[in-house]
Amino acid sequence: MDQVTTHGAPAHGLEPAHEHAHELGFWRKYVFSVDHKVIGIQYAVTGLLFLLFGFSLMMLMRWQLAFPGRPIPLIGGWFGADKAPGGIMLPEFYNQLGAMHGTIMVFLGVVPLAVGGFGNFVMPLQIGAPDMAFPKLNMASYWVYFCGGVVMLASFLAPGGSAQSGWTSYAPLSIVNQGAQTWWLVGMIFLITSSLLGSINFITTIVQLRAKGLSYMRLPFFVWAQFVTSFLLLLAFPPLEAAGILQLMDRVAGTSFFMPSGLVVSNKIVTTMTGIAAPGIASGGGNPLMWQHLFWFLAHPEVYVLILPAMGIVAEIVANNTRKPLWGYKALVYSVVFLGFMSFIVWAHHMFMTGMGTTMSAFFQTTTMIISIPSVVILTALLMSLVGASIRFTTPMLFALAFLPMFGIGGLTGLPLGLAPSDIHLHDTYYVIGHFHYVVAPGTLFALFAGVYYWFPKATGRRMNDLLGALHFWTSFVAINLVFFPMFIEGLAGMNRRMYDGGAQYAHNKAVLHWNVVQGYAAWGLGLAQLFFIVNFFMSIKWGKAVDRNPWEATTLEWSAPSPPPHGNFLTEPIAYRAPYEYSVPGAAKDFTPQFEPERA
Amino acid sequence: MHSDSESVRKSIRLYLTIGVTLLIFTALTVAANRFHFIVPIAIAVALVIAVIKGSMVASVFMHLNHEQRWIYGALALTVFFFLVLMSVPLFTILDSIGTEVHAVAVEHAGGH
Amino acid sequence: MDMNIPYTVEHRPDTGLANGKLGIWLFLGSEVMLFGALFSTYIILRVGAAEWPHGELNIPLGAINTAILICSSVTMVLAWASLKMNDWAKHRIYLVTTVVLALVFLVNKYFEYSAHFASGEVPAHTTFLAIYFTMTGLHALHIIGGVIVMSYFLGPGAKLWKKNPEQFANRIEYTGLYWHFVDLVWIFLFPVLYLL
Repeated sequence: MDQVTTHGAPAHGLEPAHEHAHELGFWRKYVFSVDHKVIGIQYAVTGLLFLLFGFSLMMLMRWQLAFPGRPIPLIGGWFGADKAPGGIMLPEFYNQLGAMHGTIMVFLGVVPLAVGGFGNFVMPLQIGAPDMAFPKLNMASYWVYFCGGVVMLASFLAPGGSAQSGWTSYAPLSIVNQGAQTWWLVGMIFLITSSLLGSINFITTIVQLRAKGLSYMRLPFFVWAQFVTSFLLLLAFPPLEAAGILQLMDRVAGTSFFMPSGLVVSNKIVTTMTGIAAPGIASGGGNPLMWQHLFWFLAHPEVYVLILPAMGIVAEIVANNTRKPLWGYKALVYSVVFLGFMSFIVWAHHMFMTGMGTTMSAFFQTTTMIISIPSVVILTALLMSLVGASIRFTTPMLFALAFLPMFGIGGLTGLPLGLAPSDIHLHDTYYVIGHFHYVVAPGTLFALFAGVYYWFPKATGRRMNDLLGALHFWTSFVAINLVFFPMFIEGLAGMNRRMYDGGAQYAHNKAVLHWNVVQGYAAWGLGLAQLFFIVNFFMSIKWGKAVDRNPWEATTLEWSAPSPPPHGNFLTEPIAYRAPYEYSVPGAAKDFTPQFEPERA
Repeated sequence: MHSDSESVRKSIRLYLTIGVTLLIFTALTVAANRFHFIVPIAIAVALVIAVIKGSMVASVFMHLNHEQRWIYGALALTVFFFLVLMSVPLFTILDSIGTEVHAVAVEHAGGH
Repeated sequence: MDMNIPYTVEHRPDTGLANGKLGIWLFLGSEVMLFGALFSTYIILRVGAAEWPHGELNIPLGAINTAILICSSVTMVLAWASLKMNDWAKHRIYLVTTVVLALVFLVNKYFEYSAHFASGEVPAHTTFLAIYFTMTGLHALHIIGGVIVMSYFLGPGAKLWKKNPEQFANRIEYTGLYWHFVDLVWIFLFPVLYLL
């Protein structure tokens, strides 16, 4: 099947004698490990657990939206009188769920899984490195993330409940709010620090530790995606860290970075008109818009952090299961780099409704339209890769194929949001929620599932069950579309987001209110569908079909390592002899020619 | 190679010279402050002097005058986005529609 | 326990870099964006303010602190240079001097802050004071961070000089890069906050 030549120098990580004189104890091997594979699995499992938790928060919200004012069944008594007296969700609790659902999904779920999990585990293997450039820093990144997660979870128990001003934490509400917004800010500082440390590691590793023969244009697209993602994290996160410090100062030290003059809350004067603090009253003179600028300066590149690793995963799986090279590799690489660059100069398309004049509005609309071009190029290249292919409908491929039209819908529905005239009607409606969930949920999340099914054999030496995989896919695919597609209908009818009664208080929503019930059942169905995955995941660790190094007959370097790879990854020094997707090379004996084989078979 | 023993020894003099120059420029910055320029000029003068001082620190102390391309590339990217961060929020806030409300200028000595 | 990661000390031929050099510069890039956001906030607050205070800050003390940091940058680069010339004793003297200068800077800041607090000039009082305390406060935290790292290299970290002198010299170089950056931020902070 696959031949791995065993001649050649011993790989860097396994140079004989010295370090491994003693076996590492349990804690250093499995908990405080500096091995990128262990850290990657830690990130992935923690990320998956947070995704499940964040999803549960949403399932609670869906009850209130479908049946406003009705006591939550079965578990309604769990939340206490300050959150859900008699099991009926208070508006404040709804807002807590909403803010934390967004925060947890984005910062504790998707990014740690996509970047910390897949990036850490796969990338060093795909570039033929023995580990990351800074293994101890890698371990530190995970534990700082973990601490941030603990702070975020603990905030639910604070008096006043958790943060409840949206994941966007707009001032001045976030500053005057009585919930644990301060904990949220502290948690974010942990999470941002973790990302920064991780991004330094990723970039240095990709630049410095590529194997012999692995030039930049021979890198798997997954590595390019992680590379660009890391630059986004490195340069876009610090302004939010600064903004977090400023908001902390406003809440804790009484400053007015974001508190405007003359603010009145519940008939009480909160800031002076003069810009000079009086006893018990903050100075004012701040600018709430500055929070939005600093927040979105990060949060827009952040959405590309959410999608780029997913595109990378889909690209790998598409190439492998079409048995063809990716169509337009060069176009993919140039597009993803251009996309990363543009992502820094579009952010205020989230702020069209803040009183922006026509000049800056035109600037941001233009950059936003320009950035859609590389996205379309990437999607087109992936679709063109299917033309003339002999497709293998493996479980990863099912999810990867679904990603394509789902991302298409998500991307296309972004266009009327990026143009100010149409955004006037759609901003802060359910249309926006439908748009971004299509990209992240049936988009990124499906890609991440695909990645789990695809690389599970490399990490464990066993395959996941195909029948359960297919059941997971089809039930999820139907349910997820039933959850999110009606949001476009609701949004176009003018239904506002973040309303705890599901919009029932506005007459113009009457005609579309019934969709809330449909979405509720679909969401709970989607939750049940994940049981197929959870059972499959744990079952297969113990009882999955055992596989050798390259069960998918793939071409990239990670498949030359044992499954699972040992400490140091490769038994002999990995060398890349050719481009990453040499499938179905004319004249070759088998339908794939791996990067790591010296001669064509 | 710029960091072998011999070339480092030759650089010692340069480090000390730059150090003294930086101290002189600091004195210049404080002196310029006494000239009560109108605000745009004052800002320009202060920034020019600071950029000169910063360039000396970056190129000599931080060895940027003989660094590698990857470092220059990463820094160029950073500088570009830094400039975006300095200018674009300002332009956006200045280019606004609607009626603006400013903090009121106050009469001094405790009155309000 | 650490495996042999290539290019930790020797330079990778095509990039001409050791891993740590690239890593520290990437980190400094992120720091530029961190302080950049605060400078951007300063600009917005000042443009939107009806009046901006002058004369509240101690210019002579700020100027002295600027001079102190500049001197500490000189001693820091000399601490690295001494290692490259194999002079361990000089390296120790210069590194200790850098730490001492940093501590003097912090002591001066302590006196400055105390004086402000005593006369009711607290961060909550005006946006000027808010941005002054936040920017100099974050800068001071960076100074403390630098002092901690340098103390480590004066203390337990110094053992690496015996085991792998080139790697130790590199680490001092990277510490120096961080320290020069901290100095660079102050070169801009001083005129912007104290003089303009």
